[in-house]
Amino acid sequence: MSDAADTPVLRARGVRKEYGKGEGLVRAVDGVDLDVGAGETVAIMGPSGCGKSTLLHLLGGLDRPSGGEVSLNGRRIDDIGEKALARMRRNAVGFVFQSFHLMEELTAVENVELSALLAGRSPRAARRRAEELLEQVGLAGRARFLPSALSGGQRQRVAVARALSNEPLVVLADEPTGNLDSAATLDVLQLFDGLHESGQTLVIVTHDARIAATADRLISMRDGAFVDETRLTGGTTGRLGALAGLED
Amino acid sequence: MGRILLVGRLAVRDLRRRRAEAALLLLAVMTATTTLTLGLVLRDAAGDPYQSTREATSGPDVVASVGGPARLSGLEELAGAPGVAGHSGPYPVAPAKLQASGRTSDVQAVGRDTATAPVDQPKLTQGGWVRDGGVVVEAAFAGALDVHVGDTVTLDGRSFEVVGVAVSAAMPPYPKASCIVPCMNGAVPDDRAGAGLPPGLLRNPGLVWLAQADARSLTPDPGSLAYVMNLKLSDPDGAQAFAAANHGEDGGGLTVRPWGDILEDATELAGDSQILLLIGAWLLGLLAVASLSVLVGGRMADQTRRVGLLKAVGGTPGLVAAVLLAEYVLVAVVAAAAGLAAGTLTAPLLTESTAGLIGSAGTPPMTVSTAASVTAVALGVAVAATLVPAVRAARSSTVDALADSARPPRRIDWLIAISARLPVPLLLALRVAARRPRRVLLAVVSIAITVSGIFVALVLNAFLGTQPLAGGYDDAQVGVLRHVLLVWTVILLCLAAVNAVVITWATVLDTRHSSALARALGATPRDVSAAMAAAQVLPALAGGILGVFPGGFALFAAINAITGGDGGRAPLPSLWQLLALVPATVLVVAALTSVPARLGGRRPVTEIL
Repeated sequence: MSDAADTPVLRARGVRKEYGKGEGLVRAVDGVDLDVGAGETVAIMGPSGCGKSTLLHLLGGLDRPSGGEVSLNGRRIDDIGEKALARMRRNAVGFVFQSFHLMEELTAVENVELSALLAGRSPRAARRRAEELLEQVGLAGRARFLPSALSGGQRQRVAVARALSNEPLVVLADEPTGNLDSAATLDVLQLFDGLHESGQTLVIVTHDARIAATADRLISMRDGAFVDETRLTGGTTGRLGALAGLED
Repeated sequence: MGRILLVGRLAVRDLRRRRAEAALLLLAVMTATTTLTLGLVLRDAAGDPYQSTREATSGPDVVASVGGPARLSGLEELAGAPGVAGHSGPYPVAPAKLQASGRTSDVQAVGRDTATAPVDQPKLTQGGWVRDGGVVVEAAFAGALDVHVGDTVTLDGRSFEVVGVAVSAAMPPYPKASCIVPCMNGAVPDDRAGAGLPPGLLRNPGLVWLAQADARSLTPDPGSLAYVMNLKLSDPDGAQAFAAANHGEDGGGLTVRPWGDILEDATELAGDSQILLLIGAWLLGLLAVASLSVLVGGRMADQTRRVGLLKAVGGTPGLVAAVLLAEYVLVAVVAAAAGLAAGTLTAPLLTESTAGLIGSAGTPPMTVSTAASVTAVALGVAVAATLVPAVRAARSSTVDALADSARPPRRIDWLIAISARLPVPLLLALRVAARRPRRVLLAVVSIAITVSGIFVALVLNAFLGTQPLAGGYDDAQVGVLRHVLLVWTVILLCLAAVNAVVITWATVLDTRHSSALARALGATPRDVSAAMAAAQVLPALAGGILGVFPGGFALFAAINAITGGDGGRAPLPSLWQLLALVPATVLVVAALTSVPARLGGRRPVTEIL
């Protein structure tokens, strides 16, 4: 199913995730194989409940598979300890969630610097990097705002900046525009466009066709398994917003 | 009526739905109500043996004494005073030194007739009554000296055979004897220690009965004899008034003691226990407020949607507040009833078992004032902990409540800024603490109260261990007081432990989302667990320090002020004990909170996010 690159950043082989037992057994992810090359943007689409988010959690080491292998940068992550997994998430993976998951009591810049602080960077370096990233996502003027004072799109841009804080190998985005209106969706799409252009490896789970159209590859998922894969050309043009029909 | 029914039904259903929490709430309030009940009824329970002794010995309503034969007329006049129904005496009382089994003690030797007296005929617990050359020893005194019938004792160098051991209601049991001849009980006051005591003053005297001739023969100077007379009144309840009306006004002449005063001295130990218990009850009450505040805060957060639903179907803010309050008022009422029952039934276990009185402490009667006080405290605890969150919930927006929006966390700028410079567990811990400053305050207060209680327990325990007679107690009585101290210290520690665990668990639940997020961003489960535990340890450190100073010192000063005690004589905990108390508190809190913190740090991230 997958189109393996020379050295995939992210590799999954026969990955399964099962819940329950006997007749109540549910296969949320059922034998998925996937290779994501460096700098590649992969979109995974499918109806609600098909296992997209679960797969993303398995790829990012947030959850452990019931079977199969997941490797990041050539290193197995499905069989390592919690501490090593946490270290891996800290240094190699950036998450963007549908509902932003920002800490309400922290300002935008404090949210962004949190990952760097957890990784043991000095407060000064973490703050400098956070400010750079906020400038990059167009929120330099909102750095001291609490999330409650930001719009949905701005919150998601803060979340993206946070995901990039430790210069991860791969950014995993779970329905990044799911809670946004069209204008905010455009903002976020442009942000991902920029990431793509800069060579950032991206895996985006979505059921929004406009987002999916921005990827290098589009994978369709149903009942926990990949059912189709399409290589798109638009993803490489750098005009994602236009392709998605969100720009004039 | 319908509304009351609705409020009651909703309250009961919610309590049944959350049985474990309801049980914890009940336990927290019940510890306070039980201790308060014990404090209020203990003296009544302790009074039973004195009453039994009074009945068995035809105890006097009033005991009158004079300092010498020249004043005997005063006693004779008193015997004929209006309201006097009968009397025995006057009997001569001689000061003497008793030696037995190698031990020496001052005694008041009362000369008695060999015939049975109509008033105050001591009840023999061993042997027979006085005869020439034979002495009867007051039972508590005999116990302290370990003398028995058949032993030989010397009184001022003269040998006497112990012919009996008896109890009396005319005088409190040893070492609380009333002074018929000049004497003092307890330790020598500091201001008199240097100057020396007046010659002939007896210290902590025991009581013995001799034949009159033997008593008179103990002193070569008849003028040094004192005299005592036991009176029965036609109205025993008027003893206090009779004593006040007939007390000598010439200073040092006639002394008249009503039986109520003797009862009070006889149960002084229970009185001291009572003070300890009442102080313990207040400490536990404050801890219960802290427990309830945390539990109620956590439950209110869970009830946001329920509040929204109630309001959406037409419930007024008043009705919503009433429903929320009703649950805790119901728990408080049950806790008050259970506390009253438990306190009353266990009171006899905490009373002194003295050989100086007969019978044992019974279950004290329940008075309206006791029931009202205990119920009021229970309701006070519940309302103090519930009112603010209930009113806050009642005033919340219906739409927000229906959306189940969580109460936003607080932000403390400087704490967040400082935390950025700390290692990951402390960074997370400070931010966790900064989210809910009120909860941190409750944790600090809870620990400070507990440590203050431990401080006072250490002081009192050391005092009882090193200077038991300073309080006028024998070993058995010291044992009783230590028992009381132990009981409330254990209850205090248990409730504080429950508080620490509950506060940690409430913090774990409240921060589950941010903890999961921190883990998604790369914090390890150990980082998160350590942060949760550290978030409790930091308040524990502050509470431990405040609990020693000023908490412990202030509480001890308050106890001294209430009891009129001389705190200067009590040995304060040594510096190393105080220094050890704080880290020990921190370690215990760390151990207690490690389990819920660990559980919280290991919950699946994906499930929460």
